[in-house]
Amino acid sequence: MKFIDEYRDEAAAKLIATKIADIITKPHTIMEICGGQTHTIVKYGLEQLLPKEITIVHGPGCPVCVTPVESIDKAVEIASYDNVIFTSFGDMLRVPGSKKDLLSLRADGKDIRIVYSPLDAVNLAKENPEKKIVFFAVGFETTAPANAMSVKLAKKLNLKNYSILTSQVLVPPAMELLLSSPSTKINGFLAAGHVCTVMGYHEYIPIAEKYKVPIVVTGFEPIDILQGIYLAVKQLEENRFDVENQYARAVVKDGNIPAQQLLKDVFKVVDKQWRGIGKIALSGLALNDFYADYDAENIFDLQVSSFEENSLCIAGDILQGNKKPFDCAAFGKTCNPEHPVGAPMVSSEGACAAYFRYAKV
Amino acid sequence: MCLAIPGKILSFDDDGGALKMAKVDFAGVTKKICVDWVPDVKIGEYVLVHVGFALNIIDEQQAEDTLRALREMGELLDDEIISDEDEIKNRRNTAR
Amino acid sequence: MSDDILEKLSCPVPFSNYEKVLMAHGGGGTLSQKLISKMFLTQFQNPYLNLLHDGAILENAGNKIAFSTDSYVINPIFFPGGNIGELAINGTVNDLSMCGAKPLYLSLGFIIEEGLLMDELWRIVQSIKNAADIAGVQIVTGDTKVVEKGKGDKIFINTSGIGFIPDGRNITPLNCKAGDKIILSGKIAQHGMAIMAVREGLNFESEIVSDTAPLNHLVEEMFSVSNRINVLRDPTRGGISSTLNEIAQSANLGIMIEENKIPISAQVSAACEIIGLDPLYIANEGKLIAIVSSDDAENIIDKMRTSKYGIDAVIIGEVTEENKGKVVMKTMLGTKRIVDMLSGEQLPRIC
Repeated sequence: MKFIDEYRDEAAAKLIATKIADIITKPHTIMEICGGQTHTIVKYGLEQLLPKEITIVHGPGCPVCVTPVESIDKAVEIASYDNVIFTSFGDMLRVPGSKKDLLSLRADGKDIRIVYSPLDAVNLAKENPEKKIVFFAVGFETTAPANAMSVKLAKKLNLKNYSILTSQVLVPPAMELLLSSPSTKINGFLAAGHVCTVMGYHEYIPIAEKYKVPIVVTGFEPIDILQGIYLAVKQLEENRFDVENQYARAVVKDGNIPAQQLLKDVFKVVDKQWRGIGKIALSGLALNDFYADYDAENIFDLQVSSFEENSLCIAGDILQGNKKPFDCAAFGKTCNPEHPVGAPMVSSEGACAAYFRYAKV
Repeated sequence: MCLAIPGKILSFDDDGGALKMAKVDFAGVTKKICVDWVPDVKIGEYVLVHVGFALNIIDEQQAEDTLRALREMGELLDDEIISDEDEIKNRRNTAR
Repeated sequence: MSDDILEKLSCPVPFSNYEKVLMAHGGGGTLSQKLISKMFLTQFQNPYLNLLHDGAILENAGNKIAFSTDSYVINPIFFPGGNIGELAINGTVNDLSMCGAKPLYLSLGFIIEEGLLMDELWRIVQSIKNAADIAGVQIVTGDTKVVEKGKGDKIFINTSGIGFIPDGRNITPLNCKAGDKIILSGKIAQHGMAIMAVREGLNFESEIVSDTAPLNHLVEEMFSVSNRINVLRDPTRGGISSTLNEIAQSANLGIMIEENKIPISAQVSAACEIIGLDPLYIANEGKLIAIVSSDDAENIIDKMRTSKYGIDAVIIGEVTEENKGKVVMKTMLGTKRIVDMLSGEQLPRIC
């Protein structure tokens, strides 16, 4: 595929790896904060190509992983109603709630369907006027405009049977939280390329300045990530801390203005609970009052209470880059993709699932 | 966050629906994609597609520049590209 | 509960943390394996079953007979490239071929849901006849049941088959040795993606068609070159990765494959990228994996490429002493990683 194959070239990968080895003189810890990048790094064994001075840590960039248990429980409750068609992206189905997950609820016979796009959920609402269609709107800024568009479209079409259950998160507040922690080991960041396609990267400039860390907007193919690491390491070796754009073919500084406008029209910024991390101020999106009728939490009377995570699960440490999946006592034993204890083992973007599946030889 | 794939715009829908849609080609697989957020896109251009929406037009010049920068890097290192992973990891630039 | 404790129980559900059967238990991956090994095999042990091949190999008066069964529950029943009828014939023909047998006779059992259109049933029956003719097998016995509306899914089909295994053929992973070459007969993930294109609302206006095909003629071509074929498997549910993992475990040897060598069409690859599925885990219906002596590998490949269903045949790797029981892949970047067994159902990624 064009714009993909060129970025998976073996010779190019080795070339950049050689260059990184050439310029590095001291250890650096670089965090990537996107599940898609975690997936690529582990799937292509990129760490095998890097000098030992570089430590790559994986941040909370998997929206499936950071969706609070309460949200899963709400989803399970809604999907249990007989006149509901509950729709979702694939990975969400296996995330464990406090008692159940959506996949086993589907095995019980409830109408739970995987969709490729929130527009497919809106189509289901049009085709099934006697049912209530609920879409599990999970994601970072990349997915938020699509989720917003589905609501705007439903309102335009005067659909009364469509609503979304939101668990939308924003990246910059999470980055700030991680960098502001006194125990942070992070020297540099690879910023999530597709989040920046929507939002641009101007938000990262004050963060880079305040915490003195280089931030490189990076794509998702192996060459992109290696190049992103190279640029971050180069800055670190030269004691610079700028925002650079490796993913220039898809990202411009101001981002996509129509998509951003859509977010402003439909959502408001709210405090948000991140599974494994806790509450982060102004780090989430929820439907604003104009679209309150499309908020599933207003339509359904939900009885969900808060939940204590299984103490075995060290997702918090993993999502903040303090530990690796191998450091977890449960990893690969009580916790594996068939019986996940925590969220990072469920989603194939989660660090634990990626490490489990693509184990190094 | 985010599986977005590049695809080529083949044609636009003109059925007057609520959303502006286009037929997009992904190496022979086609799909209808919403192009509301890339109003200036033209037929033949590539867009980045995520969950049924075009997020941006791919800047082919930038893509070429990125790859050219790589090739130039390669020319400087021509004799020195190490193909063994262990060697890459152990290499130090003792000239620094 | 730990596996050790569970194995000692005589309870009829001795192994599971699951109260109910999940779709994943039929997916061809780890959960399927566990259900079969811990619930079924423990109850039905015998030397024929324990080999766990695609078919059982029975002996009678000095003749070796292969016997196999398979059920077809696919939805949709009509899909790009075929329908449930030809799938049902080709599937059992292939299971017999994977034993090294020449398939001869099939049984055909229908479970039809009330309300299925006669026209659809007729089309399926015509496909069955066509597929049987191409494969050269006869349907010699059958059964028909109808269940009330809502108690089936249009139509389920079971086929069982027998075939004779000529002398000199001995298909078992136990015959594998380090250095044996691994052959894949053609492009992967076609069937699974063709189905995905129609089901679950993931619609593509594309031409990905199922690769359902009878492989018996191809297998005979291969044996005409050499008998030193140690393993034959058709990688259906769970894809080539599940099949290779099963072989590695049965043989207690390692398998090394090269990502660059695995053939896949650009369209199927694109479809996988779009949805976020890994082609190594997606079902194939008209493909086989063969593990053959390294001396004969090239000649076998050359012969396969003269056959309709083997034109894209290629060597994708070899059997190794290292990493026993595991499948290792050299990625397109030259790094190495484990290719794990599929766990659960492969769910499309969003991210």
